Amino acid sequence: MNPVLKNSLLFAAVGAMILYTGFSQSWNTALVVLNMGLISAIMALGVNLQWGFAGLFNVGIMGFVALGGLAAVLMGVSPTPGAWSAGGWNILAAFVFAIGVIIAVVMLRKRMVPGWPRAAAVFFLIVAGFFGYRALFDSGVVAVEAINPALTGNLGGLGIDRGLWVALAWPVGGLFAAGAAWVIGKTALGLRSDYLAIATLGIAEIIIAVLKNEDWLARGVKNVVGLPRPTPYEIDLQNDPVFVERAAGFGLDAVTASTLYVKLLYAGLFTVVLVLLLVLAQRALNSPWGRMMRAIRDNEVAAEAMGKDVTARHLQIFVLGSAICGVAGAMMTTLDGQLTPGTYQPLRFTFLVWVMVIVGGSGNNFGAVLGGFLIWFLWVQVEPMGLWLMQVITSGMAEGSALKAHLIESAAHMRLFTMGLVLLLVLRFSPRGLIPEK
Amino acid sequence: MDFLNAIIALLNFVVVPAVAYGSQLALGALGVTLIYGILRFSNFAHGDTMAFGAMITVLFTWLFQSWGISLGPLPTALLALPIGILGCMALLLATDRVVYRFYREQKAKPVILVIVSLGVTFILNGLVRFIIGPDDQRFADGERFIVSARTFKELTGLREGLAIKTTQGITVITAVVVVALLFWFLNRTRTGKSMRAYSDNEDLALLSGINPERVVMITWLIVAGLATIAGVLYGLDKSFKPFTYFQLLLPIFASAIVGGLGNPIGAIAGGFVIAFSEVTVTYAWKKVLTYLMPEGLEPDGLVQLLSTDYKLAVSFLILLIVLLFKPTGLFKGKAV
Amino acid sequence: MSTEPYSDRGNRDLSLGNPAGMGTAHAVAKGGKAFVASGGPFLIGEAMTGGYGAGPDILHDCTIAVDRGEIAVIVGPNGAGKSTGMKAVFGMLNLRAGHVRLDGEDITALTPQARVAKGMGFVPQTSNIFTSMTVEENLEMGAFIRTDDIRPTMEQIYDLFPILREKRAQAAGELSGGQRQQVAVGRALMTKPKVLMLDEPTAGVSPIVMDELFDRIIEVARTGIPILMVEQNARQALEIADKGYVLVQGRNAYSGTGKELLADPEVRKSFLGG
Repeated sequence: MNPVLKNSLLFAAVGAMILYTGFSQSWNTALVVLNMGLISAIMALGVNLQWGFAGLFNVGIMGFVALGGLAAVLMGVSPTPGAWSAGGWNILAAFVFAIGVIIAVVMLRKRMVPGWPRAAAVFFLIVAGFFGYRALFDSGVVAVEAINPALTGNLGGLGIDRGLWVALAWPVGGLFAAGAAWVIGKTALGLRSDYLAIATLGIAEIIIAVLKNEDWLARGVKNVVGLPRPTPYEIDLQNDPVFVERAAGFGLDAVTASTLYVKLLYAGLFTVVLVLLLVLAQRALNSPWGRMMRAIRDNEVAAEAMGKDVTARHLQIFVLGSAICGVAGAMMTTLDGQLTPGTYQPLRFTFLVWVMVIVGGSGNNFGAVLGGFLIWFLWVQVEPMGLWLMQVITSGMAEGSALKAHLIESAAHMRLFTMGLVLLLVLRFSPRGLIPEK
Repeated sequence: MDFLNAIIALLNFVVVPAVAYGSQLALGALGVTLIYGILRFSNFAHGDTMAFGAMITVLFTWLFQSWGISLGPLPTALLALPIGILGCMALLLATDRVVYRFYREQKAKPVILVIVSLGVTFILNGLVRFIIGPDDQRFADGERFIVSARTFKELTGLREGLAIKTTQGITVITAVVVVALLFWFLNRTRTGKSMRAYSDNEDLALLSGINPERVVMITWLIVAGLATIAGVLYGLDKSFKPFTYFQLLLPIFASAIVGGLGNPIGAIAGGFVIAFSEVTVTYAWKKVLTYLMPEGLEPDGLVQLLSTDYKLAVSFLILLIVLLFKPTGLFKGKAV
Repeated sequence: MSTEPYSDRGNRDLSLGNPAGMGTAHAVAKGGKAFVASGGPFLIGEAMTGGYGAGPDILHDCTIAVDRGEIAVIVGPNGAGKSTGMKAVFGMLNLRAGHVRLDGEDITALTPQARVAKGMGFVPQTSNIFTSMTVEENLEMGAFIRTDDIRPTMEQIYDLFPILREKRAQAAGELSGGQRQQVAVGRALMTKPKVLMLDEPTAGVSPIVMDELFDRIIEVARTGIPILMVEQNARQALEIADKGYVLVQGRNAYSGTGKELLADPEVRKSFLGG
């Protein structure tokens, strides 16, 4: 079969599955799947950039996604009155102080001759610096977190909450993730050997730990809720007689119509972002830069001999890919309307994205997008399917049997199992994914 | 007297827990490092392998408990442990046969095996949750303490108590026995030496008549034993919860890498380095310092360097520092 | 390359994979049987054609053989397929055509470790010792398939290479180049092989050590073990050879006794520097 036709059919099949969800379950569910599918596709695009084009193994996607979410919070919520004067500046000063100490340590290591006096000086500086930092930082944190802890207790953000301006948080999320990626890449790719995987795994956990514990930043596990959105609110639509009338024209009640309308608007916005990123990624792939990246990937030694700075190129693509994950993370937080650091888990936010990329087709942007949609659809739909399967299996068992209850109760965990199975099957029988790299 | 009290407080809150935790990490890291040395990839499914072996043990512990079988002061889980190990061995051999072997025959690169192990992670994670559920399960029984804080205070007349939990004692003793056995096996037996030879140079091992498939099989069997023991000891000491085993992956990998990937001695050293740094950095030193400082100079804060929620961050930080200054780990690993 | 289904995309992450010591052999798969095929020389790789994995053929209808009590030497320019030919005889790559016969048996379908059991010993050109293991452990690993007492053989090896006795407890990776080669040959001799294959045993050692090694190899041959050897130092090697093969681009270009080849003006001009 002609590849273009085959790929179109694959996309059509996923589209049909989502449509079928609309017909058989509800259009609301279908749109929920679609919107998160769009976001997943963007994440997969970012990871595909790193793995597909450069062979970089990023297992810290969760961290970049969460940083994007943080951006959505910091851009969206309004500043907490008095927080900055109470302790915000102290916190900021603590960071400046910490950076100063790090610079001093680096200078000291450069200036002094190696030996125990240098080691002692560095050690003393670090210990003293740490306590100085903590003194400044803790006082600021205590002051900020004391402000109305039940509702705020955080610094707040820029308060950008007008219409489409809210979407400005998305590129900012990308910037946040890019910044973190630059620091990680600079350290892990710069080491004599490459340790990117363990570095990203660790940093992602640290980012989540920070988001969970630093209440002054984004309220930690108390969550920031009610983030501004780029779309109208359902309740406003329901109170708008013009909208209600139009909805009635479609034969819909106002409540249903408003939820569908809002989700459709999101779908539109997300599609714009996805298409934009996809076009950029495709152009990058076919540009001289993309060819160079693939040349490095396929024969690093030869590329190095031709004078290509492999480490710098790897750093570049690592930052770009992570930025895309950050954008997706910000979009997701905006869509959810809240940041809940407690729900970020590596299986869901790192390894599932890997499944999307591998199943879709590493090295092919369209493959990654397809994988994003398909795997997300399965992730959502396997649960009801598993439940149905268990009900069929247990239908012959006696009512009230412990095994029956256990099987039905545990059906939800089938989704992890299924994801693993799908990954292994594709890897074994179609190792280059559903839409292979050309 | 204050000095003694400070030492006891330090032992009680830092040294004893860190030694127990370090032993658990070391056993986990040994499994990771063996796979890395012989099958040549980082097994992301190791945490879930531990969970699987521990789960079998927990299930049989419950069965034995329901039959009224117990080991007296010792936890019944020790009786179920061999069954857990057998179950885990069966699982790993089956996974190797169904999943990994194909990729070995294809001469797939290590990264591909890592991705394969991600798939296995999902499957095991789902399987364990499906069978035993995602919640905390308690299965420890028997005597709770070897030495309880109160007995210790009564015995010594000190203000600080030293408590040593039975599980901590068992952890350390088991770890010592297991590690001694493993090293004896690797360095003294023909099969163990053939594993080291295969790890050192696969082609030459082939030329020496060593059967690669046998080496791989024995590796999986040993890893199953190590993983189950580590998983059960951790579960006895804390509690059994599938998700925490997945989360142990980072400190375990950090231990293996800090020690030098592929080097068994390194894995043990790495385990203790990581455990001690985690515990010391997140311990509130107020109590110890209060005993040591002259009166009037006692600290007013908790003197806790980082909150316990940053435990993972500490292991990672240590890892980074070691890699920056000693890229092959504390003991020379494979990664040169 | 990206077209391979299981490519690693150039990933070099050491926290994921361990490239050290990884095998390169595309060994003959398990399950094959040997069968009687009498006649011919003691060991012969006959009309071998093949290459690594799915890659291009490196050997084309290439034949190398050694008979009892002989030293056979393979010479030829770089990239002529000499090492590949040796590996093919040992089952370290899959042949597309041709046979390997040992002592009246066709062993083409046997795995390398089964060939060891049949009495073949092989010293590869590079990575031919277990660097992280002691000298004695290297020798023990050489005798891995044996179940009888290996100490007498080990004593013989120590007599042959006395320096190894001194360094028996030292890690083999810490030895000098010449000593490493002695460990490598010693390891292969530990199986008490019926035939010994050496791939450039003198590569990278000083001339004095090289002469010494040649002497030892002749000593081994005198004990009755046929030796099939690839050698860079063509002239010196052909002088001690009973039989010689000149390979060019994976094909037999010339063959004959060592003396014949040394006297052949064509061979002298092209391969022996006049």
